[in-house]
Amino acid sequence: MSAGWDSETKETVKKIPLLTIRAGPRDKEEWGKRLKEELQALIKYIQLNKATDSDWFTITSGKDGTTWEGKCWYIHNLHKYEFSFEFDIPATYPAASPEIKIPELDGKTAKMYRGGAICLTVHFKPLWAKNCPHFGIAHALCLGLAPWLAAEIPFMIDEGAIKTSS
Amino acid sequence: MSVQQPSSQQAPSRPRTEKLSDAVVDTNPYSRLMALQRMGIVKNYEHIRSCTVAVVGMGGVGSVAAEMLTRCGIGRLLMYDYDKVELANMNRLFFRPEHCGMTKTDAAAVTLAQINPDVALEPFTMNITTLKGFDAFKASLTHTDTGKSRVDLVLACVDNYEARITINQVCLELGQIWMESGVSEDAVSGHIQVIIPGDTACFECVPPLVVASGIDERTLKREGVCAASLPTTMGIVAGLLVQNVLKHLLGFGQVTRYLGYASLQDYFPTMAIRPNPECINPLCRQSQAAFKVKAEQEAALQAASAPEEAAPAKADLHEANEWGIEVVADEPSGPAASRAAAALPQGLEYSMPVASMDASNLNRDAVESNDDKLEDLMAQLNAMSK
Ligand SMILES: [Zn+2]
Ligand SMILES: [Zn+2]
Repeated sequence: MSAGWDSETKETVKKIPLLTIRAGPRDKEEWGKRLKEELQALIKYIQLNKATDSDWFTITSGKDGTTWEGKCWYIHNLHKYEFSFEFDIPATYPAASPEIKIPELDGKTAKMYRGGAICLTVHFKPLWAKNCPHFGIAHALCLGLAPWLAAEIPFMIDEGAIKTSS
Repeated sequence: MSVQQPSSQQAPSRPRTEKLSDAVVDTNPYSRLMALQRMGIVKNYEHIRSCTVAVVGMGGVGSVAAEMLTRCGIGRLLMYDYDKVELANMNRLFFRPEHCGMTKTDAAAVTLAQINPDVALEPFTMNITTLKGFDAFKASLTHTDTGKSRVDLVLACVDNYEARITINQVCLELGQIWMESGVSEDAVSGHIQVIIPGDTACFECVPPLVVASGIDERTLKREGVCAASLPTTMGIVAGLLVQNVLKHLLGFGQVTRYLGYASLQDYFPTMAIRPNPECINPLCRQSQAAFKVKAEQEAALQAASAPEEAAPAKADLHEANEWGIEVVADEPSGPAASRAAAALPQGLEYSMPVASMDASNLNRDAVESNDDKLEDLMAQLNAMSK
């Protein structure tokens, strides 16, 4: 794997199961199979996190698996900072990766697009493309949202832009 | 299809024009354009009034492209964006501080209607990458009676891969020619590319091709910034794009298949990108097969009507006839991976790797197939979130 992530993230992402079905929400039949794989990978990822006492998000989807939301949190100096995140599965998924949003942080950091979409590292989309269609939502959270929180939350705390939730 | 009107209507700046005049008088807005015809550059300039172009993305490139097309007297202009105008956009051309807070599509419609009331404007405020957005975008391009495309050209003036992939898919489904444009995140290079389903590479045949900026990625400082932009680079790319549009619509000059712009060296590489027979997109492979049949039929017709002339190679014939450009030497055939690794013209590079995964890795690390019901897995995931 290319540069751009810390060794812990690199180790973790390798443990998330790979997906095999290339299907998006426009593929009526196959999408159900893909969705099952997405859920399996997410469950495995959360189990891994819980086992290493590094649980950092919860997630749930609408019935058809095209809209997702959850909570993610980050511990900094023993304080917990928690945020709601959300994303839709794009029509051309998995060629297109999901655009993860944290609307409540919109305008609080430059590393964000309007509407609260997090600005991923330049390494994310190339790695997603290289592993398409085998990466799924769990990989996007591990390689996209987690590193973004690690980089931006301390910065926003220093700036006084956010306050602890515990 | 009903024509949407800009939300804040202003009185038109002049009455609509019935027929374009080439009279060289100060009051004729088309005199300098019709001069192209008088000079013999263009055969029939007025043809532009029967043309419809869709501009997707009204940012620094799209808004300027839309203004150029409007000033050229394009017949109908469809404009797509979901964003609002902000002060942070003021380093680019077209939008003005008083537009802040308006949607880009509405602000553009108001301004463009003032500049040229002859152009039929249709603003669409939507995000095309979502499931709903995809369908709405496709429907807006489709003629309700025939089910075929109602536009002559789609211009991608977007800033992300997801939107480009969406446009690629919709245009493959409609058999619609489109032109891609892009400016690098460091604002110093850009490109335009013509995509003809079946004839050229589609956006998924090979990874997106961009101009190498000549800057070492590792030295690029990205802390605290998302992307840089310059009105110059964006204006230049918009100009290159619309020039190619005019040549395509009005049939003059050479329509360049790929043109790069590296501003640091003032270098403009060009190339043709052949379709990949193993393209991941099944619709692209179908389009390629259909195109081959059509090209062979045309070649056969040509040979039958002019048997005394030495027929050039079949593949080149269509190129030469329709586009009048030289065909760039074939890229090496074979698996997509080796194709992508093949040498590109100096200064061009793929912005993403080719999808590749070792089969044994996949076997080892893939999710285990299980008989759990979807609902049960969902319930299991939800239970973990308690
Ligand atoms: Zn293709
Ligand atoms: Zn960015």
